[in-house]
Amino acid sequence: MALLTVEGITKRFGGLVANHDISFAVEQGEIVGLIGPNGAGKSTLFDVITGYYRPEAGEVRFDGHRLVGRRPDQVNRLGVGRTFQKLRPFHAMTVLENVMVAAMQHQAVPSAARREALSYLEFVELADKRDSHARDLSTGQRKRLELARAMATRPRLLLLDEVTGGVDQRTIPTLVQLIGHLRGQGLTLVVIEHNMRVIMSISDRILALHLGEVIADGPPSEVVKERRLIEAYLGDAFVVPSGERLPSGESSRGNA
Amino acid sequence: MATGGVAAPAARRRLAGVLLLLLCLAALAFPWVDRLPYHRDLVIRVFLYAMLAQAWNILAGYCGQISLGHAVFFGTGAYASSVLQMRWGWNPWVGLGAGIPVAVALSMAIGYPCFRLRGHYFAIATIAIGEIIQTLAINWDFIGGARGLTLPFQKDSLLAFQFHTSKYPYYYIVLALLILCLLVSWRIERTRLGYYFRAIREDPEAAQSVGIPITRYKLIAMAVSAAFVSAGGSFYAQYVLYLDPDSVLPLSLSILICLLAVVGGVGTLWGPLVGAALLIPLSEFTRIQFGGTGRAVDLLIYGALLTLVAVFQPAGLVGLLGRRGRP
Repeated sequence: MALLTVEGITKRFGGLVANHDISFAVEQGEIVGLIGPNGAGKSTLFDVITGYYRPEAGEVRFDGHRLVGRRPDQVNRLGVGRTFQKLRPFHAMTVLENVMVAAMQHQAVPSAARREALSYLEFVELADKRDSHARDLSTGQRKRLELARAMATRPRLLLLDEVTGGVDQRTIPTLVQLIGHLRGQGLTLVVIEHNMRVIMSISDRILALHLGEVIADGPPSEVVKERRLIEAYLGDAFVVPSGERLPSGESSRGNA
Repeated sequence: MATGGVAAPAARRRLAGVLLLLLCLAALAFPWVDRLPYHRDLVIRVFLYAMLAQAWNILAGYCGQISLGHAVFFGTGAYASSVLQMRWGWNPWVGLGAGIPVAVALSMAIGYPCFRLRGHYFAIATIAIGEIIQTLAINWDFIGGARGLTLPFQKDSLLAFQFHTSKYPYYYIVLALLILCLLVSWRIERTRLGYYFRAIREDPEAAQSVGIPITRYKLIAMAVSAAFVSAGGSFYAQYVLYLDPDSVLPLSLSILICLLAVVGGVGTLWGPLVGAALLIPLSEFTRIQFGGTGRAVDLLIYGALLTLVAVFQPAGLVGLLGRRGRP
């Protein structure tokens, strides 16, 4: 049985349909890349899964539990961790305290939580910044901090919103490597990512959204040929007639 | 700073410990050294307001929920011990104890719906509730209405919670309350509760994402805060032996409580005490200097101080001491 199943999720904001009848499943141990132009409904979908939004229709199941109707903290305690697109560290707390707060779910005693938090900071290579304030970190460091904080709640499924967005090019390989290590620990991941090179290399499967609907779902090598995906990113003028090869590289670098 | 204990040099911590010990000894010895009743009364008020401001600080400073309705809990405590005593002859200490669960229940009833509101809107809602409750008290004859209650004189005794020949016991009772409130705050800062409170203050959505049930923890902060303020209200009623809606339930009291903490340092252990130690004597001083005509002078000075703090030292006066102000 799949670890996460999303069944017919529809989420509206007034007249805008942000998610329309979205269904998919994520197997244990899989890394699923979630792509789509801005406004496709990717972050909304994360917010629905994690309990920040209540959908108008549909159900989300995680490890046998229904998630719709649960609060975000309850969803997290069931084993779903997440990061935010617009980063939300606890600004006035130190890097270590940020992660300690998350670790306290399983380690109520501060000294034990501190030890556990440090191990996650070492994992994301931020241990030397432990006493800095979150507000003094660079964007790339904050991304890693959010990752460590999410991991400290010991999730089984991790939803990562824009891992490399706003991060300078040199940091990207480090982040990609980290995601590889997460998989090594048996975590299941759903990753929103705009950098096509990154998403193609890390994902077992790609799920593409456009205007709130799933337009492609499959292995990276097949999804890039999907006509509707290329239309969504580049417009129909760029759609290659079937049977022809894609121009090397270029079409897979779309960045909406 | 919670993790600073590891990094801070041992010598500095020893110095802080010695200073703390001296401060405690000074507080204990004060009424024997300075025997002026007027001064003793002033210090009693400083301790009382410091305790109220610190209790407010647990909810507003640590947990980030700015309440401007804390007079409600003060009034609850004051009325609970007084009404129970006058109507049914309850011992005032029992009344103080009975006021606490009432204030906590009231705080839950206020907090549960209002914690859905964020930031300023929560503060505005607490102002409105404070005003409603004051109006209710004014029109409720059973608890004295607008005329208020005058507590009957009793012979001096600890049991009766009344001391006329020597006011020393009042001094030590309120000092004990203040120390208890500081100890509870100190403890909260060092446990999961304090970490959760700060996370909720910094970013409620992010706090939820790491599994913190934010409404539950806001209610805990509210309950602890209301309990101490209620005890302070009962003390006040026994100390002054007179209460009416205008003295124990006014908006100005809610604002004063907040102001003391803000000027001294919001979210710090010593800020509210520093704020009270500075502002309460200041208001007494202006009252003496300007008499009846100068009733608003202390408010003018408060306003000026608040502006200065907001512009130059948003962390409060305690922030001037650097990071050590936030142990």
